[in-house]
Amino acid sequence: MAAPIITVEQLGKRFMLRHQQQERYTALRDVMANRVKGLFQRKAQESIEEFRALDDVSFTVNAGDRVGIIGRNGAGKSTLLKILSRITPPSSGRVTIDGRVASLLEVGTGFHPELTGRENIFLNGAILGMSRAEIASKFDEIVAFAEVEQFLDTPVKRYSSGMYVRLAFAVAAHLEPEILVVDEVLAVGDADFQRKCLGKMREISTGAGRTILFVSHNMGAIRAFCDRCVLLDRGRLRADGPTEKVLPLYFGLAKNAEHKGIKVTATPMDPSGEWVAGSAMAIEIHWEPGRYAPGWHADIACYTMEGQKLFALQSHTMRQFDSSAGASRGVRFEVVNPGLIDHDVRLDIGLKPNAYVPYDTLIENALQLTPGNKGHEENRLADVILVPQATCTALHA
Amino acid sequence: MSKHRIVLEPGSADRHYWRDLWTYRGLFGFLAWRDILVRYKQTAIGIAWSVLRPLLTLGTMAFLGWLFESQVPGDVPRLLLVAAATLPWTFFSTAFSEASNSLISNSNLLTKVYFPRMIVPASTIIVCLIDFVIALALVLALMVIYRFVPDARLLLLPAFLLLALVAALGSGLLIAALNVKYRDFRYIVPFIVQFGLYVSPVAFTSSDIRDSARIPDAVKWLYELNPMVGVIDGFRWCLLGGRTELHAQGFLLSGAVSVLLLLIGILYFRKTERGFADVI
Repeated sequence: MAAPIITVEQLGKRFMLRHQQQERYTALRDVMANRVKGLFQRKAQESIEEFRALDDVSFTVNAGDRVGIIGRNGAGKSTLLKILSRITPPSSGRVTIDGRVASLLEVGTGFHPELTGRENIFLNGAILGMSRAEIASKFDEIVAFAEVEQFLDTPVKRYSSGMYVRLAFAVAAHLEPEILVVDEVLAVGDADFQRKCLGKMREISTGAGRTILFVSHNMGAIRAFCDRCVLLDRGRLRADGPTEKVLPLYFGLAKNAEHKGIKVTATPMDPSGEWVAGSAMAIEIHWEPGRYAPGWHADIACYTMEGQKLFALQSHTMRQFDSSAGASRGVRFEVVNPGLIDHDVRLDIGLKPNAYVPYDTLIENALQLTPGNKGHEENRLADVILVPQATCTALHA
Repeated sequence: MSKHRIVLEPGSADRHYWRDLWTYRGLFGFLAWRDILVRYKQTAIGIAWSVLRPLLTLGTMAFLGWLFESQVPGDVPRLLLVAAATLPWTFFSTAFSEASNSLISNSNLLTKVYFPRMIVPASTIIVCLIDFVIALALVLALMVIYRFVPDARLLLLPAFLLLALVAALGSGLLIAALNVKYRDFRYIVPFIVQFGLYVSPVAFTSSDIRDSARIPDAVKWLYELNPMVGVIDGFRWCLLGGRTELHAQGFLLSGAVSVLLLLIGILYFRKTERGFADVI
């Protein structure tokens, strides 16, 4: 087996958080008095808390690996990348890297709005660690990839945001380091461009045998691109292994821990039994028989991971819903056009006795799905959801 | 493979810092090039500002010198005497203040990409060198107008320019690093520059100070602690063909302060540099 190209040993990063003790009332007089006092005694007003952004993280990466780094917000992904790209030093532990690292933590770092596209290609290339000769030799390729030939001599401040992103990614994609570190940069740009970028990254990795570390919240992209994943949870390493083994853990993390005795399932209603873009889906909510009286309202809402609402359904507003039946043990929603196409979605669920009270039970993130993009091309138009068509039935014991 | 081996540990300084600095020399040029390109965008008279600014300073300083009856040695026109001092002073003051703010104005780079941070303040000083060359051309033009012929001492000018660079880089690195953590220095810098003009021999000459009966001899060495005293005296001495004196003791003291500043600047910068991204 080849020697690892990156070795991370017991890596930790601490930050000190200052907390100011708040008084219940704020008066200008007090503020001024405190300021004056503060000049002489600073510490008394503040308490300092230690925050561990990364705690005892160890893993290794071999040359040519495509490693996804996943975790929820605040898991420490970006801190890890910043340490690997030498922007910030670790507080404990050690990292050994055998090769040149180029990092793409932001699209268009160092782009200057007043400079033209041409000038920014050179500037950005230099900032990312390319030599002038290297940039010059790849210049045409970069321009072709970004599709901005026409606007090369326009200041980038007049670019559309799409052009800006394309140009910035194009420069970065033509870097040739041994290790490429990429943070959530594909979130910007349209689907076509994202596909193009992933294709380019795959080409870099398989063609040239480069190692890529990739952070994303887009599990479709992670699944398509990474053979291995490192899962972080609140600064700690939760899992490290093949993507298909780690991804379920990621979704497990996101689920509400208790679930309060309520089971939620979502199944595709395509004859193939698979998630096909544009296919209908069934969502069932089960509880122990008798837990909720018949006639309780069950609401569901479906969001993309970016927080965009796809649809929301309320059982009591749906004609087909028969609430008069006996001992109830759940409800079943069938959504004809859920609009699940290649984005991860999450379901929120709420239960209440009638329309006029707050939820008795509210489960946010009850379930997360990654439907995949099978059949995407044929179902382009299904991307746009106007009105969800759905039915709702009560489930009986 | 081990050629590029990097070990990241808490507290350990990068072993290959100076080698890295060399590898990133391209970036150094690009940042300077960017600043030059951007500098006069959306200004009506553009590059003419590079000529106008030193001329305005020169006129004001010459007027002040005349007003306060500063001594002009022998056959040197006052305007030329003042021009020889305005030249290094303007270079130092712009280089120092631009370098001091350079890390903060490039904070987006510091938090997103790795490179030896020293490149940022150093490249802003290079930009100021361009202005220096333009101003030098103006001084030479002035010499032609006054039919003033410099002698072989002119060849020593690069040495004194180097001393000015040392002073600007040293103080710039120090204040830039402090500025990252304590933004107070943002307000202190303009004050230092303003105050510096009063205690540097721009409107007057060092001989005015040394010959002054009002200043006690015992404290005259304090004046020589100003690194710009040595630089300006040196510039006058070599531009004006030795008609002004280059006081050996004063020059050495002032030069030593410059070198000391550079050492302190580099040491402090290197010590704090790794944490810049966390505090900026």
